[in-house]
Amino acid sequence: MKLVVESCSKAFDDKAVLDGLNLTVGAHEVVCLVGASGSGKSTLLKAINLLVPIDAGRILLDGRVITSPEVNPNEVRAKMAIVFQSFNLFPHMNVIDNITLAPRKVLGVSARRATERGEQLLARFGLADKRDDYPERLSGGQQQRVAIVRALAMEPELLLLDEVTSALDPVLVGEVLSLLRELKDAGMTMVIATHEMAFARETADRVAFLHAGRVWEESEPQLLFSKPERLETQDFLRRITEAGRL
Amino acid sequence: MSWPSAPSTLGGRRDPDPGARRAREEGARGAFIAFLSTLVFVGLALWAILTSEAWPRVQQQFFNPEAFAEVWPAVISGFWLDVRMFLGAEVLILFFALVVAMARSLRGPAFFPIRALSVVFIDLIRGIPIILLILILGFGVPALDLPGVPRSPLFWGIAALVISYSAYTAEVYRAGIDSVPESQRMSARSLGLTQVQTLRYVLIPQAVRNVIPALLNGFVSLQKDVSLVFVLGVREGVREAQIFNARTFNYTGYIVAALLFLAVSIPVARFTDWYTERDRRRRQAMSA
Repeated sequence: MKLVVESCSKAFDDKAVLDGLNLTVGAHEVVCLVGASGSGKSTLLKAINLLVPIDAGRILLDGRVITSPEVNPNEVRAKMAIVFQSFNLFPHMNVIDNITLAPRKVLGVSARRATERGEQLLARFGLADKRDDYPERLSGGQQQRVAIVRALAMEPELLLLDEVTSALDPVLVGEVLSLLRELKDAGMTMVIATHEMAFARETADRVAFLHAGRVWEESEPQLLFSKPERLETQDFLRRITEAGRL
Repeated sequence: MSWPSAPSTLGGRRDPDPGARRAREEGARGAFIAFLSTLVFVGLALWAILTSEAWPRVQQQFFNPEAFAEVWPAVISGFWLDVRMFLGAEVLILFFALVVAMARSLRGPAFFPIRALSVVFIDLIRGIPIILLILILGFGVPALDLPGVPRSPLFWGIAALVISYSAYTAEVYRAGIDSVPESQRMSARSLGLTQVQTLRYVLIPQAVRNVIPALLNGFVSLQKDVSLVFVLGVREGVREAQIFNARTFNYTGYIVAALLFLAVSIPVARFTDWYTERDRRRRQAMSA
């Protein structure tokens, strides 16, 4: 699935968060978005999922403009999925119900079929024994993996990940990142906002550095991390390195 | 204050936590003192009342055994109607209020008329005294003599209660819906669920859990307010007591009715407190 973001702008109370942002993501490509907090990563992902309406510009999915008012957002969202920093599992449902709710209600899959498929996904990512647990009984890493499985149960062609490891204890980050690597190997198209530079360097096909609501610089990870061209990118990477994150 | 204490082996039984045992002992002692002081207090109060000069007259008017025996069958059968009314009305209220709250919680310009309608309904109904609504519907609608419209004052009395309580209860539900984190709504919407599906499967189940104490409070209040339909001449508990009073000038019937209302409302009030406390502990345990 090919995603094109064309000069998108979004302001919250006169504060521009996206400012004419352009980004292209090809099918089966993994693009990591890096940049300081407030650079627009999260808003961009929400705009792509149509959770945040943009003020100007347009977003295309396989050549179709999805930001026009005639498009039913639920149709678009059924093709892509987003996973959030704070997991957002439904606390009143157990794991399997969390996973099967949307396939049953949105795609109209039968309960049996949805459960089978959910169980397959749980088994694939080492969560089979958590099937009947409620979210509060799971660790943060397990919750986030369940949240990703819930997104995958919709069989999305595009997966958006919004700092999915930022709320986790450092020891739990690894299990989530390895799940993402597995998805990349399976050919999933992904846009990943992340502060995990090492992960971005080894996993991404391309890394886009966001600054002031725009893609300031983008290239292959090796190139961007070793020879950043622009001053702001250099500054960001220097500060990240000083913080011991690279 | 906590003392460093050696493990106690007295009595051959080791208490794993001497502090907890002391707390239990103090708790038992406290309960005993509370019981004793209550006994003394209530005893004195009763003695003061029963030995007062006016007591025989009060007893004659309000606590008369013969009057009690005479009025009991009528009041209890009237009260049974009250019970059926508040149980039936409560079911309808919980349903209609939820519909109104859902209508009010829909977002987006397309749903403006629905949202506006529910706001107007809530504002209008909450602004009218419930007794007025009962009079208007209970006497007014049957007087219209419309074909196909029920003419029973009982029907319209209950309808007035349901309408009035639905407006209040809708606000309770709405507070519950607003108390669910915005991220839950976003997460449900991102999975492709429609607004109504999001409300039904994600927001409302969590919202209801948050407002159960408030809903129970409303239920206690309704239990007593159903008796207001007596103004329509419906022979429920209060009306039966009134009829007896009009005939005998004795007030024992009212006391009987009061005791019956207390008998159902106190357990529900206690349950509400118990549930609220348990819920608070559960939340604390979860966030710990």
